[in-house]
Amino acid sequence: MRGDRHFIIRLAVAFLLLLPISSKSWAEEQGEGKVDVKEIIFGHLSDAYEWHIAGEAIIHLPCIVYSNESGLKVFMSDKLEGGEEYEGYHIDAESGKIVNAAGVRPFDISITKNVLELFFVCILLCSVILLSARWYRKNGYKKAPGGFIGMIEVVINFIDKQVAEASIGHGYERFSPYLLTVFLFILTCNLLGLIPIFPGGANLTGNIAVTLTCAITAFIAINAFAPKEYFKSIFWPNVPLALKAIPLMPTIEFIGVFTKPFSLTVRLFANIMAGHIIILSLTSIVFITWQVGPSVGAPMTAVSVAFCIFMNCLELLVAFIQAYVFTILTANFIGLAQHEE
Amino acid sequence: MILEAAAGAGLAKFGAAIGAAIAVIGAAFGIGNIGKSSVESIARQPSAAGDIRTSMILTAAFVEGVALFAIVVCLLTLFF
Repeated sequence: MRGDRHFIIRLAVAFLLLLPISSKSWAEEQGEGKVDVKEIIFGHLSDAYEWHIAGEAIIHLPCIVYSNESGLKVFMSDKLEGGEEYEGYHIDAESGKIVNAAGVRPFDISITKNVLELFFVCILLCSVILLSARWYRKNGYKKAPGGFIGMIEVVINFIDKQVAEASIGHGYERFSPYLLTVFLFILTCNLLGLIPIFPGGANLTGNIAVTLTCAITAFIAINAFAPKEYFKSIFWPNVPLALKAIPLMPTIEFIGVFTKPFSLTVRLFANIMAGHIIILSLTSIVFITWQVGPSVGAPMTAVSVAFCIFMNCLELLVAFIQAYVFTILTANFIGLAQHEE
Repeated sequence: MILEAAAGAGLAKFGAAIGAAIAVIGAAFGIGNIGKSSVESIARQPSAAGDIRTSMILTAAFVEGVALFAIVVCLLTLFF
């Protein structure tokens, strides 16, 4: 208890001591122009052809575009920096994507920030899981795992038993690789999105294309492996004839097949994107209020830091919850499809 | 015509703000209900507290998801 009080007092004193330093740099940067909050927030949320780490440190990424007229072109994105044109392509100011001279987008498979982050997530996940698997292959049932491998076992056991087996029941082993993959992928993407510095900080699950792809894989897992009875229950369900003849129930059921992945998409996308927007806005408060002056900036910085700490803890919780909710809903839908009676 | 355009842009912001506020009211009612029934259930049977807590968090995530559908629509009207 006394240790806690001393720590808080020291933290407050350190924070107060930092304020004079900040006010000096504020006076120097006065002539830089207004802080564009919208650009900051959307710059962090959207995909880009380079990875902007801090200040002047930028990692330029390769652009790979193909069109029928010019063929395949591969070049680094610093050729297109500042609106310049290269080989007939330039970055459209509005959408931020590569377009040719006529404003038409070519077939674009560039390594953008999100793609690089996806590679990183894949390497991270594959190395963690495959190394754990190698431990089990070597030590199998001879030893109980400890430490890191033990933690991996807890997570995998939780998803395998509490989620997959509980929802799907008999025959769940076919789907547990998919469910584990989707859970760990979404969890890793969410957590990496909360880390502000390279290699984290890319807004993957807050991008509707990524969550849509996860939902499409869920759609395939639910519908492609379902027995005949499932499709019978959609198009000719076990309800009174009046509801079947005017195709009321079949229509509702058929629409339901598509609304389930849609809700998975939007739930994950909106939760993660909203969290990122909140944290970015709270951080921008510091810059906006310092523009007014140190007397407004200093207390608002303290408020903003406190709120940011709280929101980051909440976002950590949301990261776990959203990964879990996606997985358990998909497992439930798979279970419903498999055991239609 | 300039007035119309200006009114259109202003109306979008107004609509988005009101929509987000109403969505939050609905979410607050929903999650408040979840909290109320979960606390009552835990009071009735403290030994089931773990299960009830898990269901409460899960259901709250669903209700929040629905409110966030509305937020997404509001953001769409704001920026497009």
